[in-house]
Amino acid sequence: MESFSVANLAVVPQPAATFFDRPCSFLTGSHLKAPFRSITKSNSPISSSAIPKPIRAVFSEVVAAGSNLGCQQEMITREEGLIIYEDMILGRTFEDMCAQMYYRGKMFGFVHLYNGQEAVSTGFIKLLKQQDCVVSTYRDHVHALSKGVTARSVMAELFGKATGCCRGQGGSMHMFSKEFNMLGGFAFIGEGIPVATGAAFTSKYKREVLKEPCDDVTLAFFGDGTCNNGQFFECLNMAVLWKLPIVFVVENNLWAIGMSHLRSTSDPEIWKKGAAFGMPGVHVDGMDVLKVREVAKEAISRARRGDGPTLVECETYRFRGHSLADPDELRNPDEKAHYAARDPIVAFKKYLIEKNLAKESDLKSIEKKIDELIDDAVEFAEASPVPPRSQLLENVFADPKGFGIGPDGKYRCEDPGFTQGTAQV
Amino acid sequence: MLGVLSRKACSISVLDRSPWTIRHALPVSTRNYSTATKEMTVRDALNSALDEEMSADSRVFMIGEEVGEYQGAYKISKGLLDKYGPDRVRDTPITEAGFAGIAVGAAYHGLRPVVEFMTFNFSMQAIDHIVNSAAKMNYMSAGEISVPIVFRGPNGAAAGVSSQHSQCYGAWYGSIPGLKVLTPYSSEDARGLLKSAIRDPDPVVFLENELLYGESFPVTEEVMDSSFCVPIGKAKIEREGKDVTIVTFSKMVGYSLKAAELLSKEGISAEVINLRSIRPLDRDTINASVRKTNRLVTVEEGFPQHGIGAEICASVVEESFEYLDAAVERIAGADVPTPYAVNLERMAVPQIEDIVRAAKRACYRSVSMAVAA
Repeated sequence: MESFSVANLAVVPQPAATFFDRPCSFLTGSHLKAPFRSITKSNSPISSSAIPKPIRAVFSEVVAAGSNLGCQQEMITREEGLIIYEDMILGRTFEDMCAQMYYRGKMFGFVHLYNGQEAVSTGFIKLLKQQDCVVSTYRDHVHALSKGVTARSVMAELFGKATGCCRGQGGSMHMFSKEFNMLGGFAFIGEGIPVATGAAFTSKYKREVLKEPCDDVTLAFFGDGTCNNGQFFECLNMAVLWKLPIVFVVENNLWAIGMSHLRSTSDPEIWKKGAAFGMPGVHVDGMDVLKVREVAKEAISRARRGDGPTLVECETYRFRGHSLADPDELRNPDEKAHYAARDPIVAFKKYLIEKNLAKESDLKSIEKKIDELIDDAVEFAEASPVPPRSQLLENVFADPKGFGIGPDGKYRCEDPGFTQGTAQV
Repeated sequence: MLGVLSRKACSISVLDRSPWTIRHALPVSTRNYSTATKEMTVRDALNSALDEEMSADSRVFMIGEEVGEYQGAYKISKGLLDKYGPDRVRDTPITEAGFAGIAVGAAYHGLRPVVEFMTFNFSMQAIDHIVNSAAKMNYMSAGEISVPIVFRGPNGAAAGVSSQHSQCYGAWYGSIPGLKVLTPYSSEDARGLLKSAIRDPDPVVFLENELLYGESFPVTEEVMDSSFCVPIGKAKIEREGKDVTIVTFSKMVGYSLKAAELLSKEGISAEVINLRSIRPLDRDTINASVRKTNRLVTVEEGFPQHGIGAEICASVVEESFEYLDAAVERIAGADVPTPYAVNLERMAVPQIEDIVRAAKRACYRSVSMAVAA
């Protein structure tokens, strides 16, 4: 199978003539009513002599009709297929359980669920090594799970228990894990992009200054709303300038709370913005995990080789509201139905069965296994203790002795009176 | 001087003093003609204030994220899009620095924007414009360019939203010369202060509180009047007392009033002052009160170091030192980023028991300073 031609991109790519050359219908949003034709684009270099053949991805009508997903040849093995399926089911089941637990009062504050977007997380993160970094936004539960953080620790964190991945101090929007290099979890959109760029910078620095063998790649996940924020553009510039090993993954789910992408963006085609900075910009159907995986493979290996950053725009959709407190009144039910019909898990299941990579019973047993895993995670979280009083003053500094001396000359966070609730805070 | 300017700018005459003062100016009579009070939530109070100011002056416009079609992230601007149209209630992309800057520029040039930050935590992305472009402009231009802008939004801790969504910005903005910083508590405060803020020719940072939005308070006829304004820079004595002065603002006023109830059962009569305005700070009222009671407790939700309590204590020590019978007590949030877990968050924010304890300490009712039961 010809490799996706991101590698052959010239510094100033020119898009091939495609669907997107009809700006009028796109900008008025009428495309949202028609089945969305998504094409994995290849930006051919200016000289036409060696135009790489763009991969014609499958039209969404074909997917809806239930036939060929992906390209002609087999793209994955059975083992890979099962891993992908399991990861997507894990993400979906976990988020559904979160909703249940929230409405029962076990979780509180802001909880942002990822239903519908699993293909993006699985498609990208399952290609990473443990040392590669992932930086996300507040919609980070599934990114953490895909990266390897256990369901138990994420669930316990959401319940605010001491056994959570951040000991109950972070919460839903702040999933961090040093072990799995999950660098967050940020409440402000756009905040994660410079952080991710910095992680990529470290990777390059280690290789070039510290002379360590390091080809770690960073993935920055963020949404369409973030692409209007200054930090996004600043980091695109610096990533190209310094050729950092990063992939900017835009999860374009068309809505930022109640603000439609088309209402807030002068040019809604985000993938094009990479070209302005000299980086390849790619648009991919984010409801199809195999297409995402193809693009991800190429983008990640590009970064690992040292060829620099890539901007990948994934067209995806969130089936639930922005957060569990969002009444979700502004989105058109037709649009929701259109994307619900393109559920990535349903489509992939169909693919696996049709390509004889798995039987119905295998997939059922995976689903059962995940259900049990999630139930176990909930039980674990329920049974875990809440953080002790003494934890309030811990972790403010990495060097706790800098934090403050209590009235008796001892370190405040070690004051036994504090633990018993009798010390003055 | 600032207080005088704000009163001139506020086109009010009869209501030039706080409603509290007026009530006392009227002859005491058993026949009270305006007893009819209705209840109004803070959310509705803010909405009605915005509505009235936008209809009175067509230069006033709202700009921010989700203020229009979503009816406001916390439904404060509900119905305004339908009434005034998308040109005056403007939804923006997610770029605080960008739209706050645009609003400041519009204010330089004659419009009167009301900028909504979804929470004041996000104002950190725009703080350069709030401080450098808005607050300092009148001074830098020697009065050539004034900036009649209002930055409003919820401030401080909510419930379970973790550290990046829970910071209180009163102290940060309160230290900037050129800014007016207001912190309403009740519906009356919210309505009156927002109307004053919009009519004010200077940049105003209007710090609301998310947990107060749904609370109802009684409002009188005069509060519902469309020219009702609360003067900027004047604190309100919510509850009179003679033993200890509790100075506070925003949500902590509610807690302090409850604490005062508990204290009165133990024989301590607490005076609760609702600051309403962090900058300009009403030092006269605070000092007059301390001179009466001789004891001070300040309560705030924000971080303790360099907080608002610190400024109040300094002011009282400077001006009323001889009148103090006890050391000043400061209650503030814990000196940690707000944690997520429920029990930790409760410890990180002042509770009613903390205020009661501090008041008792100031009255020498507890055993020692270091151990508080």
